[in-house]
Amino acid sequence: MPAVSKGDGMRGLAVFISDIRNCKSKEAEIKRINKELANIRSKFKGDKALDGYSKKKYVCKLLFIFLLGHDIDFGHMEAVNLLSSNKYTEKQIGYLFISVLVNSNSELIRLINNAIKNDLSSRNPTFMCLALHCIANVGSREMAEAFAGEIPRILVAGDTMDSVKQSAALCLLRLYKASPDLVLMGEWTSRVVHLLNDQHMGVVTAAISLITCLSSKNPDEFKTCVSLAVSRLSRIVSSASTDLQDYTYYFVPAPWLSCKLLRLLQCYPPPEDGAVKGRLVECLETILNKAQEPPKSKKVQHSNAKNAILFEAISLIIHYDSEPNLLVRACNQLGQFLQHRETNLRYLALESMCTLASSEFSHEAVKTHIETVINALKTERDVSVRQRAADLLYAMCDRSNAKQIVAEMLSYLETADYSIREEMVLKVAILAEKYAVDYSWYVDTILNLIRIAGDYVSEEVWYRVIQIVINRDDVQGYAAKTVFEALQAPACHENMVKVGGYILGEFGNLIAGDPRSSPLVQFNLLHSKFHLCSVPTRALLLSAYIKFINLFPETKATIQEVLRSDSQIRNSDVELQQRAVEYLKLSSIASTDVLATVLEEMPPFPERESSILAKLKKKKGPGAVTVELEDGKERGELNGGGDRGGDAAIAASNASTPSPSADLLGLRSTAPVSGTTPSAGSLLVDVFSEAGPSATSAGVNDDGFLSSAPPTVASEDPAPPLPESDELLNKFVCKNNGVLFENQLLQIGIKSEYRQNLGRMYLFYGNKTSVQFVSFNTTVSCPGELQSQLNVQTKTVEPLVEGGAQVQQVINIECLTDFIDAPLLNIKFRYGGALQNISLKLPVTINKFFQPTEMAAADFFQRWKQLSQPQQEAQKIFKASHGMDTEVLKAKLLGLGTALLENVDPNPENYVCAGVIQTKAQQVGCLLRLEPNAQAQMYRLTLRSSKDTVSQRVCDLLAEQF
Amino acid sequence: TVWIRFILIQNRAGKTRLAKWYMQFDDDEKQKLIEEVHAVVTVRDAKHTNFVEFRNFKIIYRRYAGLYFCICVDVTDNNLAYLEGIHNFVEVLNEYFHNVCELDLVFNFYKVYTVVDEMFLAGEIRETSQTKVLKQLLMLQSLE
Repeated sequence: MPAVSKGDGMRGLAVFISDIRNCKSKEAEIKRINKELANIRSKFKGDKALDGYSKKKYVCKLLFIFLLGHDIDFGHMEAVNLLSSNKYTEKQIGYLFISVLVNSNSELIRLINNAIKNDLSSRNPTFMCLALHCIANVGSREMAEAFAGEIPRILVAGDTMDSVKQSAALCLLRLYKASPDLVLMGEWTSRVVHLLNDQHMGVVTAAISLITCLSSKNPDEFKTCVSLAVSRLSRIVSSASTDLQDYTYYFVPAPWLSCKLLRLLQCYPPPEDGAVKGRLVECLETILNKAQEPPKSKKVQHSNAKNAILFEAISLIIHYDSEPNLLVRACNQLGQFLQHRETNLRYLALESMCTLASSEFSHEAVKTHIETVINALKTERDVSVRQRAADLLYAMCDRSNAKQIVAEMLSYLETADYSIREEMVLKVAILAEKYAVDYSWYVDTILNLIRIAGDYVSEEVWYRVIQIVINRDDVQGYAAKTVFEALQAPACHENMVKVGGYILGEFGNLIAGDPRSSPLVQFNLLHSKFHLCSVPTRALLLSAYIKFINLFPETKATIQEVLRSDSQIRNSDVELQQRAVEYLKLSSIASTDVLATVLEEMPPFPERESSILAKLKKKKGPGAVTVELEDGKERGELNGGGDRGGDAAIAASNASTPSPSADLLGLRSTAPVSGTTPSAGSLLVDVFSEAGPSATSAGVNDDGFLSSAPPTVASEDPAPPLPESDELLNKFVCKNNGVLFENQLLQIGIKSEYRQNLGRMYLFYGNKTSVQFVSFNTTVSCPGELQSQLNVQTKTVEPLVEGGAQVQQVINIECLTDFIDAPLLNIKFRYGGALQNISLKLPVTINKFFQPTEMAAADFFQRWKQLSQPQQEAQKIFKASHGMDTEVLKAKLLGLGTALLENVDPNPENYVCAGVIQTKAQQVGCLLRLEPNAQAQMYRLTLRSSKDTVSQRVCDLLAEQF
Repeated sequence: TVWIRFILIQNRAGKTRLAKWYMQFDDDEKQKLIEEVHAVVTVRDAKHTNFVEFRNFKIIYRRYAGLYFCICVDVTDNNLAYLEGIHNFVEVLNEYFHNVCELDLVFNFYKVYTVVDEMFLAGEIRETSQTKVLKQLLMLQSLE
């Protein structure tokens, strides 16, 4: 028992701890503990008043028992009594017990708060610190209510001891995090910021955490901290390694404080004041220079402390992303670390370079390290380092090096750890698609992926290759040939069979001319895999077979025989049996024409965001771009195989034939134009002349009417938004891609992605007619106050859109602050001479800037309580306008952009979500709760956020979704 | 903002020698975290980094003899600063207990909390100067 000899210990406690350690079994331990509990209970209940020492000892024993993992249901009162002792050791044990064990027992909290209050006003720095530490450790709302007013006073008072200031600053930080509404800095702001100038480095170290937290929430209010932080940093960075004495750590001056200062600066853009900025750049250069100096010590502590500052400085340089010189220097420095013998440094360099790769200034510099990174991927022992290397390769990939990187990633996959294979597969698939110059390379890559890591190729990946092959006719023949060859392997992955079945079913005819891959050879090859496959794959193969009958009549007899066999037509699986029966029937009764129509080649898939990209984002979780809503459509079409493909083809061909009556119905703005039809009778003319803005009523004759045509002139101004534009907007609240608008002439598709407070939207204007659109012009405007809330930039589009063609327009959106209205999109063009003028609302809604936030139940409810002011909450109770299907609800909530928190709400029927809305001005945390009532077909939706307008807007938007 | 979510000291067998929580967790959740951290950290060897991804956070850890000192922080936080934060803390413990060993932390568990609170508070670094911390601890030691 080494500790007992050490002075002031409580002998009884040490003996008890020894006893416990000597217990040979769990039972013996429990027995010993129960004996002790009985003993303590009797002492506490006994007639004899206990002295302070005994009370302390017993409370400490109880604490020890609790920390062993046993429940403690008494002793709280004795612990509270210890708080009012005037002996430090007794007080300390009392506070410790409370910090570790207390729950929000209101009775006790009142007593505790009372004791804390006494200690805070005791003017005894030791007692004050104990009390402050207790508040900082417990941090309950009751404590915030009691002390949030008092602590700032202690923090800035001239006569407060330094150590008390340190504790007060962090205590206040804890209360601010827990109950921001109760901590009002107002009058203290400037004095708190000036703590950055305090002589005592410990005070600065503690205060800066508080200032950083407050700055990130209210940057404007605290912006004076920037120049103070820069000058403090400058003093530290330029000091000699021994100047700061107590705060020098292994010859590095104040490493932790330096890191905190650099982190505080990351709450702000680069300083506007030239002198401040100059000084800061000088600091950053000095830090980079020091990295090149010979080390002052061989100890790892020295280099770690030095590099902690360096990495933080590089984070700031990346945050500014405006100093090309510093960015490139940072990159070179990290490049040296890539080959360092310390694994930690190699890891951190890979991680940090990943963010440098996305800066236009340093992207090229990062690329020069490709060989080192590839080597890291091959040779690092720690899987997390290899993972970072893979991330970096992905980040540095562009057209110039895509083939090399994809090849390296593919070869790495053969030996990659199971834990990262799926993500690697997704990355390879995305890069292959993104940088495919020739699609045969793309097809080869994906088939290789399936060959090497078939188990990890998710559905999204093989759906995607099929989408691309179907949409690009230049690669179809090659794809058919390649899958045919791949299927020759005696053992090939089931995913290969799926892709093979699908592609040969669609495009097997393209290779059927070669006798080595004649229709019957193709069929036999596919069918040789059939019996080893799972039910869904077999279903897909059956669809391929019926397509074969259509493509190659000569296979009909063979295939019908297969379909007719007992193992198909009497298969115990309903889906397989049904397909066999239906396909057999279809092939026997349908005429060649009907068969050809039903089994027509799949129509091209609509262009949409790559489903694998969405999947990768989803895997990456919070921090990545908004989670994409799977709309399930492609899955359905693909799984269904040929049978549903036929329907789709028919639907598509109907839709693309414009009916002659189109213009009259489709466009609002064409309505007045259609009034110019000369056949209109005089009565009609009268009606129009009243409605129209000009004096056509004067011209009773048809000629005058035609020549003046005032409605057309008036419609040169952007038309008012279509009445249905709000509804169209609502359609996109929970999804980012789809068709925004369609009439008989024009289709507008949308694809959008959001990251932080930035968004990019691609609009696709498709001319559905065979006639060109001229003077095609689109504008995006932000009406009213939206102008100051959103920054929207567009590029102009070509004024000519050929018949059947599609043009694309990119819109960049920056959210400056929260907003309610949507930007307006106006499209004008002439079709056969008539002016078309359409206005729509662009589906940019505040929820697009959500970042999902995962949190545990306790955390959720704590935050929920913190947002309890009436104006922070918005609530709606409304009737369900769609079915209340769980999966659909979940998908919508995810589509909203928040994180859907499982196992948080005690009622499993309810949904709770959390997210942070990122705007340039601020971040607004949002919590959401949706309570469905299936019986009444009603919902109650509650939103809480730190900003009233946000709660209301999100609530309004979401209420329209169910 | 970023802050320390918890500090754990565990031995190789998974026995907890200190658990300091800076975020609200219920008791079951704490037990689960303790077990998970142990499982994640003990399988790593000296050639591995001192960082490991953990749920949505990361653990910065360092092994001293049979003890693992682990700090859980946000993924964006500064790894090396916390790694040396651990070492700074260990050097203080070593000085305070005169060649600290695992048993010192067992028998003096209530003092270890005091050391932690001097150096880390509300999930933030409070004081980094070993001289200042030790001076304060000796002063407290002398009090009754």
